[in-house]
Amino acid sequence: MEHIRTTKVEQVKLLDRFSTSNKSLTGTLYLTATHLLFIDSHQKETWILHHHIALVEKLALTTSGCPLVIQCKNFRIVHFIVPRERDCHDIYNSLLQLSKQAKYEDLYAFSYNPKQNDSERLRGWQLIDLAEEYKRMGVPNSNWQLSDANREYKICETYPRELYVPRIASKPIIVGSSKFRSKGRFPVLSYYHEHKEAAICRCSQPLSGFSARCLEDEHLLQAISKANPVNRYMYVMDTRPKHRMQSWWATQKDIGRIIVRISSKIWNDEKIRESDEKKRLNAMANRAAGKGYENEDNYSNIRFQFVGIENIHVMRSSLQKLLEVNGTKGLSVSDFYSGLESSGWLRHIKAVMDAAIFLAKAITVESASVLVHCSDGWDRTSQVCSLGSLLLDSYYRTIKGFMVLIEKDWISFGHKFSERCGHLDGDPKEVSPVFTQFLECVWHLTEQFPQAFEFNEAFLLQIHEHIHSCQFGNFLGNCQKEREELKLKEKTYSLWPFLLDDQKKYLNPLYTSKSPKFTVLEPNTVSFNFKFWRNMYHQFDRTLHPRQSVFNIITNMNEQNKQLEKDIKDLESKIKQCKNKPTDGILTKELIHSVHPESPTLKTSLCFKEQTLLPVNHALRTIEGSNPADNRYSEYAEEFSKSEPGVVSLEYGVARMTC
Amino acid sequence: MEFSDLIRTGRAQAKLLRGPEAPPLRGTLCLTGHHLLLSPGPQATSELWLLLLRSVDSIEKRVASDSGTITLRCKDLRVLQLEIEGVEASLDIARSIEALSSLESVITSFPFFYRPKGLRLGDAWHFHPPERYYKRVARETNAWRLSEVNEDFSVCPSYPRAVIVPRSVDDGALARSARFRQGGRFPVLSYHHAPSGTVLVRSSQPLTGPQKRRCAEDEELLRAVLLGARPGARGFIVDTRSSQAAKQARMTGGGTEAKAAYPGWKRLHRPLERGQPLQESFVRLVEACGDLQQSTDSWLRRLEGCCWLAHVKEALSTACLAAQGMEREGACILVHGAEGTDSTLLVTSLAQLILDPLSRTMAGFQELVEREWIQAGHPFQLRCAHSAFSHARSKHEAPTFLLFLDCVWQLGRQFPLSLEFGEGLLLALFEHAYASPFGTFLCNSEKERCLCEVRTRTHSLWSGLNQPKERRKLRNPLYAPNPLAIWPSVELQSLRLWQGDPLPQLLPWGAS
Repeated sequence: MEHIRTTKVEQVKLLDRFSTSNKSLTGTLYLTATHLLFIDSHQKETWILHHHIALVEKLALTTSGCPLVIQCKNFRIVHFIVPRERDCHDIYNSLLQLSKQAKYEDLYAFSYNPKQNDSERLRGWQLIDLAEEYKRMGVPNSNWQLSDANREYKICETYPRELYVPRIASKPIIVGSSKFRSKGRFPVLSYYHEHKEAAICRCSQPLSGFSARCLEDEHLLQAISKANPVNRYMYVMDTRPKHRMQSWWATQKDIGRIIVRISSKIWNDEKIRESDEKKRLNAMANRAAGKGYENEDNYSNIRFQFVGIENIHVMRSSLQKLLEVNGTKGLSVSDFYSGLESSGWLRHIKAVMDAAIFLAKAITVESASVLVHCSDGWDRTSQVCSLGSLLLDSYYRTIKGFMVLIEKDWISFGHKFSERCGHLDGDPKEVSPVFTQFLECVWHLTEQFPQAFEFNEAFLLQIHEHIHSCQFGNFLGNCQKEREELKLKEKTYSLWPFLLDDQKKYLNPLYTSKSPKFTVLEPNTVSFNFKFWRNMYHQFDRTLHPRQSVFNIITNMNEQNKQLEKDIKDLESKIKQCKNKPTDGILTKELIHSVHPESPTLKTSLCFKEQTLLPVNHALRTIEGSNPADNRYSEYAEEFSKSEPGVVSLEYGVARMTC
Repeated sequence: MEFSDLIRTGRAQAKLLRGPEAPPLRGTLCLTGHHLLLSPGPQATSELWLLLLRSVDSIEKRVASDSGTITLRCKDLRVLQLEIEGVEASLDIARSIEALSSLESVITSFPFFYRPKGLRLGDAWHFHPPERYYKRVARETNAWRLSEVNEDFSVCPSYPRAVIVPRSVDDGALARSARFRQGGRFPVLSYHHAPSGTVLVRSSQPLTGPQKRRCAEDEELLRAVLLGARPGARGFIVDTRSSQAAKQARMTGGGTEAKAAYPGWKRLHRPLERGQPLQESFVRLVEACGDLQQSTDSWLRRLEGCCWLAHVKEALSTACLAAQGMEREGACILVHGAEGTDSTLLVTSLAQLILDPLSRTMAGFQELVEREWIQAGHPFQLRCAHSAFSHARSKHEAPTFLLFLDCVWQLGRQFPLSLEFGEGLLLALFEHAYASPFGTFLCNSEKERCLCEVRTRTHSLWSGLNQPKERRKLRNPLYAPNPLAIWPSVELQSLRLWQGDPLPQLLPWGAS
C-alpha cells in the first residue's frame, strides 16, 4: 500500500480508442492494492488488474487534462484523461510500482482469497493428476516405464520429478544423455499413442563441447525407437529454422560440431524429400566450408526434420508490430493487410501449425515415434508437442483434457511462464507470447473444426487472461521445482476448479463428442485459412464485434431441448404410473393435477420467441445489448454539418439489438 | 443458325473431376445446344450430371497421345476437369463448348427453352413490381404518386414502366427533368423511411456540362422531394464519385447539382470503385484464392493488392452514411454517380437493408433485388457476361452485383439472427446472375425484357426459389425478426473475406 498516494480521482475521462471524435465517458477512477477501477456515469465498471498492465504512459499535457495510456497484457488499451496533472502523476507512479513486482510473494495470488478452506484448496490442486493422465495414455507398459532419475531434481531442475522413459534405457544412459543435452533436458516421453504404439518425446538441443559424440544419447534415441515395435525408424524434429542454425554454426565453429554432424546427416539421407534439394545444397556448402560431417551410421534409423519456427525474440517483436497495426484507428485496407503481412504473425502461427501437423502425420500415417526439440526445449517444443497431441487425441479437446494438456506439456515440463509473461520485474527480453501463439493455433483449429472441441473461444480467452493475472498459482514460477519452493499449493489456489465450476460458460454448443471422424484432426493450412483473431486482440473494443451471437442462441436452444426432453420423459413416466395404478378416481385426478405445476419450463419454452429474446449468459464477449454510451451517432451531426468533408472516416456505433 | 452446326462431336467417353470432395464420375459425355451431360453407365447408381454451357467462363484444353483434358472454369468460380478419350473428340468438344457458351443471342438462350415441372409460365413475374412497393409507400404517406410517364420507355429506356415520384410534379415536368439527366434517369423514389418520414431518391448525374446548364423542372422536382418529407427538411446528395471526378464529368456534358440551384441540398462525395477497376480487383482476388501453394505473406500481400475488401468497406460505409442521414438526421438522400445504374443501386439497396426490417425477410430481399437491381436497370447482361476467368472480357464487365451480395453477407455475419435468408440465397443469386435457366437476370433493362418477351416466355427465378423445397434450404434457421436498424461495423478488423462456397471449389484435387 505504500505505493498508493491517491486512491480516488473524480472527473476522469475515458476515451475510446476507435472513436474518431474525442468523445469520452466521464467517471471516477479508484486505485486499490490490486486493481485500478473506473466507474463511469452509467455505473459501468472497468476493472484492470495491476498485473495485467504491460505499459503505462503519461502523454503530454492537453487543455482538458493529463492523458494516461495503459496497455494491458490481455490487449486492453485504455486512455484516461485526468483533470489535474498532480493526480495523474501520482497514479502513474503508483501504477509503475504496482504493475512490476520484484518478489513472487507480492503477487496477487498470495493475497487472493476466494473463501475456501484448506481441504478445498488441496482438492483443487489435485484436480489434475498427471500420473493419472499417463495411465490414461497407457504408460507404464512393457516398453515405457516411470523413471525415478529426476526424483530429487538432480538430473534436470526444469523437468518434473516424474518422467517416463523407454524401459530399456538404464539410469547411466539417462544421466549420460542429460549431460549431453542443454540444461540437462534429455529425451523423455510427452505423449504415447496407444493405438499406434508410437510416442512423442521431447528434449533440448544437444550440447556440444564435450565430445563429438555421446554414446549414451545415441543409445537413448535407439531405445526410444526400439520402444516402438511397429516402426523401426523414428523422426527427430528440430523446430528451429535452418538459416538461424547456420548463423549459429558460423559463430560457434568448434562446439557446434555435433549439431553440424546431425544436421549434415539429414542431407545425406537417401530418403530425403525432393523439396529438400535446396537445403541439401546448403548443407554441401557448409561441408565445403570445413564444418565436417561424421559417419551417419551412428543414427542409422533416424530421420531428421527441420521445421522453421522462429525464436522468442522474433515472436515478441512480431506481436508488437501486429498490435501497432491493429491499434490504429481508421485503418485503410492496405495499411491493415500490409501491416499484418509485415508483422509476420500469421506466418509464425502457420509454422507452428505445420510442425504439429507433421508430427501428427508421422504418428498416424507412419506409426513412427517423434523426438521434438528446439534450443532449450521449453518454448517451441512445448508448442509443437501439445498441439500435436491435441490433433491426435480427442481427449485434449475436452475442457478437462485441455487443462491436463496445459498442465503436462507447459507447466510440468517447465515452460517459463513467469519470465515469458513478465510476472515479475525482470529481463524484458525473456518476455514472449509463446503460449498466446499456442492458444491462437487452438483457436484456428476450433474455427476449422467447429464440432470437435468441447470448449469455446471464451475458454481460451479466459485462460489467456489468467496466465497474466497472477491470481492463481498455476502459472507462477518457471518450473516445478521453483513452484514447490514457493509452496504454491499451500499459499495459492489453482485456476482449474474455478474454470470447471463455470463450465457452462465455456461449453461449445456444437460439440459432438461421439463423432468418430474427428479422432485425428487434419487441418487445412492453406494461407487463406489463417485469419486475424479479432476476439483476442480486440477483446475489449466492443464496437468491432458482431452484434448478435449465434453461440448464445444455440446454447439456449440446446438447453430448451434438453428441458423438453426431460419433460417428455417425466410425463411419459407419469402416464405409465397412471396406467399401472388403475385405482380410484381421486388419486388419478391428483396425478393429473401434479403434472401441470411441475413443468413450468414446458410452458415457458413453448413461448419460443420470448425465450430466445432473453439474454442467456455473458459467456461470449460479443455485444448483444446496447449501452447509450456506445451510441456514437451524435458524431454524425458533425459529419453532416461540415460543408465539404475531405477525409472522414466512418464508424458505426452499436445498434440497439433485441437479444 | 442451328445449334447442331456448332456441335462437331456430340458424344464421347469421359471422366469428370469435380473437386477434392466429390469422387470422379465416369460415363458418356453428351453435348447439346445448352448443356453438357455426363451419363454414367447403366450399372452406376449416381444420377445424370448436367452443366449449363452458359456458365462456362473459360476453357483450357490439353491433349495427350490418345486422350484430351479439358479444364472448365465456371462463372460461379467452380473448376471442373474432363478427361476425354480420343484426341479428335476432345478437341471437337472443346471447340463446341467454346462456341456454344459464348452465344450472344438472348432469344435462343436456355431460359427460353427451360420448362421445369411444377412451375407455370408467368407465375411470379408480377411478384415484385414497383406498383406493389408503391402500395406500401402510399399507406405511409400521400406525398408520392405512381407515374406512368415512362409507359412506352421513351422518357427513360432503363427505367421500368412505372416509377414513384412526388405527387406535386406532373408528367411533363418529369419528362423535362429526364432530358437534364444522363440516360433520362430523373430522380425517383427508392425507399420511404416511415419512422423519420424521409426518403431515399436515386437518379443519374445532371447534364450541367461546361456551361453549367440548369433545369427548372429538375430543381422543382428535388424541392418537391424535400417538401414531401416535411417543411424545412434538408437533403443530402451522395455522389458516388470523387469531387474531382464529378468536376471532370462536366467536360463531357455531365456534372453535379450546383449549390445555388438546389437550396436545401448539400453534396457529399463518396468515391466508390466501379467498372473495370472493380472487375480487375475481382479477377485478382480469384487468382489469389486459386494459388494454394503461396506463403501466408504472399497471400496477405495479394489480398491487400486486390483491394476487394476496401471496396466492401467503402460500399458499406457509404450505405451507412445514407442510412444515417435518413434515420438520425431526418434528411432526404439523393444518391447518384454517373449513369446511376451501378454504385448508385449498390448504395440505395444496402441502405434499405440496414434500415428496413422488411427487406431482411426472404420475400422482402427478393423484392429488393427485383426492384432496386433488375427493374432499376442494372445492366446485368453487360456486367455479368463473364466472370473472373474469361479472357474475352468487354469493358462493361463489373461485379457490382457480387459486391452487393458480399456486403449483404458481411451484414449477415455481423447480425446472424436478423436476416431471414442464409448464405445459400446469396450464392444462388450470384450463380443465377451470371448464368441461369431462369429469365430473371436476362437483358439490361425492362425495355429489352419487353422486347424479348422475357416475362411470357421464360420462368422467373423467384418462382424457382420459392418452391417449398428450395425455400427451406435458403432459410436462416436462426432468424428472429429484428425491428431495428442494423448498423454494421466497417472497421477492417470486423470485415472478413467471404469464402462462401465458391472458394473451396477452387481447391485442387490431388494429382490430375
